[in-house]
Amino acid sequence: MARPFTPKVITANDLLEGDVIYFTAANTWTRNLSEAELITDEADAQLRLLDAEKQNIRIVGAYLADAKAGPNGPEPTHFREDFRRTGPSNYFHGKQEAEANV
Amino acid sequence: MYKYNEFDDAFLAERNAQFRAQVERRIDGSLTEDEFKPLRLMNGVYLQLHAYMLRVAVPYGTLNSAQMRTLALLAEKWDKGYGHFTTRQNIQYNWPKLRDIPDMLDALGEVGLHAIQTSGNTIRNTTADHFAGAAKDELTDPRPYAELIRQWSTDHPEFQFLGRKFKIAITGSPNDRAVIKAHDVGLQVVEQNGKTGFKVIVGGGLGRTPMIGQVLREFLPQADLLPYLESVLTVYNVLGRRDNKYKARIKITVSENGIDTYRAMTEEAFMAIRGQYDGTDQQLLEEIKTHFKAPEFRSGSTEAFDAAYSNDPVFRAWADTNLAAHRAEGHAIVTISIKAHGATPGDASAGQMRLMADLGEQYAYDELRISHQQNVILPHVHKNDLPALHAKLKAHGLATANVGLISDIIACPGMDYCALATARSIPVAQEIATRFDELKMEHDIGHLQIKISGCINACGHHHVAHIGILGLDRAGVENYQITLGGDATETAAIGTRTGPGFAYDEIVPAVERIVEVYMARREGAEETFLETYNRIGMEPFKAALYPEAQKKVA
Repeated sequence: MARPFTPKVITANDLLEGDVIYFTAANTWTRNLSEAELITDEADAQLRLLDAEKQNIRIVGAYLADAKAGPNGPEPTHFREDFRRTGPSNYFHGKQEAEANV
Repeated sequence: MYKYNEFDDAFLAERNAQFRAQVERRIDGSLTEDEFKPLRLMNGVYLQLHAYMLRVAVPYGTLNSAQMRTLALLAEKWDKGYGHFTTRQNIQYNWPKLRDIPDMLDALGEVGLHAIQTSGNTIRNTTADHFAGAAKDELTDPRPYAELIRQWSTDHPEFQFLGRKFKIAITGSPNDRAVIKAHDVGLQVVEQNGKTGFKVIVGGGLGRTPMIGQVLREFLPQADLLPYLESVLTVYNVLGRRDNKYKARIKITVSENGIDTYRAMTEEAFMAIRGQYDGTDQQLLEEIKTHFKAPEFRSGSTEAFDAAYSNDPVFRAWADTNLAAHRAEGHAIVTISIKAHGATPGDASAGQMRLMADLGEQYAYDELRISHQQNVILPHVHKNDLPALHAKLKAHGLATANVGLISDIIACPGMDYCALATARSIPVAQEIATRFDELKMEHDIGHLQIKISGCINACGHHHVAHIGILGLDRAGVENYQITLGGDATETAAIGTRTGPGFAYDEIVPAVERIVEVYMARREGAEETFLETYNRIGMEPFKAALYPEAQKKVA
């Protein structure tokens, strides 16, 4: 039996800033994982990745990352993606810093 | 110190202008990422987890104060106020913006620094003994040769597309502080019948298949350095595997073909290549050597040092750990630890870099060094200046007396920054250092090197650590394997794995248990951790680490 499909989000880095971005259902990019489109259908995933890569002039290295549905939108399932949406653990830099300044 | 001539300046300016144009073409869409990536990598620009990263070479680890101030400027103006010194005598900036990088490179160019070949499948920054030109045990300052190699390898058309990256390290001393046996090529300056030459080591390396280098040539006359290196590289370029990235390093080429075959092919190539060198390289070398003349070491009393050493226990503790023997009377080599307990190994703030630049200018004949152990060195300090120097370091939190001790940890950036990492290394280093500082044991424990890598590529040199830690991803959870008994010196050895790995919250207690075994079993305070390990072997450490397994056996 085929393994069940793990939901995905599409993530990349911004070309100019280099920071982590996520693809939304509206074909735009957001800096918050919670606003990303959670893709639950395996057939959709590759097509949506192609949509994302159409914007390669502004982004770098789009890929599908495992995610799960949370009360406030998608959440990471792996610690690597958790670090990417937060920032490093030795300094309060990256997204955690940006959020604190909002 | 080498000073750029007009050719060097013009070359670097042109190269930086080319890269500026490449960045613009990427931004306006003329270049795709696939086209741009090899171009940015050739100029030291990576894309990491949270941002771009710029890796700048500190050639053979040597800097003057103006260069150090420029490193501080980059940190402050275009980054988040700090830089990270790496295990290959580079500095990395973790937060630059793509548009700013050409400006950063121009600023570096003004003081004779660059990021060329700090990435990609090329000859990387040639690293050297960080005590070069100062150490008491040194035969010859290896840096003129390192500079010669830098000039030869920079933009060398034949070696821009090697099968894999290629790292050279050089030392002028029999006591290896440059880990030459864990490099693709290691060079040791030696003398034979009154003539200077090199012992050439090949095929060392860490990563997923760690190997200790083997002797390719016991004695290479110094004049043959470049033609011989070119021969080694030419053979590698032909023989090295390009079908499998993991088998592409020269260590695999040498081990698959055998050292004797590799030597025979190198010697054959050398016969052909040597004739192409007409002596211009030797003229250049003589010119380079004039840049590395030792300073006029001053003489004078060491009374102030002697008094502080007798009367001030804090100064004495620092002097005992952070000073090394200098070849000039009345001088010492100072290692400034940038490993304050709980701080990130290798990170220095812009303010700290400026202070170290000032101190280098004031007390160290305007020289500084970066070590692969991620510390900063003032290579030539008159002993009478040490109390004043120490007071200034102390006032700025840079007087940590831990060089060579358990908290002087090498750690790669790990999962906190690196796109390749499988686990974090920085917080593990922070917690180990903090824990042993709380225990107030580290001076009693003595010389003990912990090195931590956040993935199998081993940037943190864990294989050659007394206690090595490798962070892995085991089913989506960070897991840390331990190796014991590695050695990064002239008696280089790869450590042995203790057994199954430890969870993130188990790794510090595991290190503590290893140290407890050492403290209980050592034959007096003089016996180092490595000596005890080599005497008693792995079993007592295993028993302490895996008590459950021992019970099952019993």
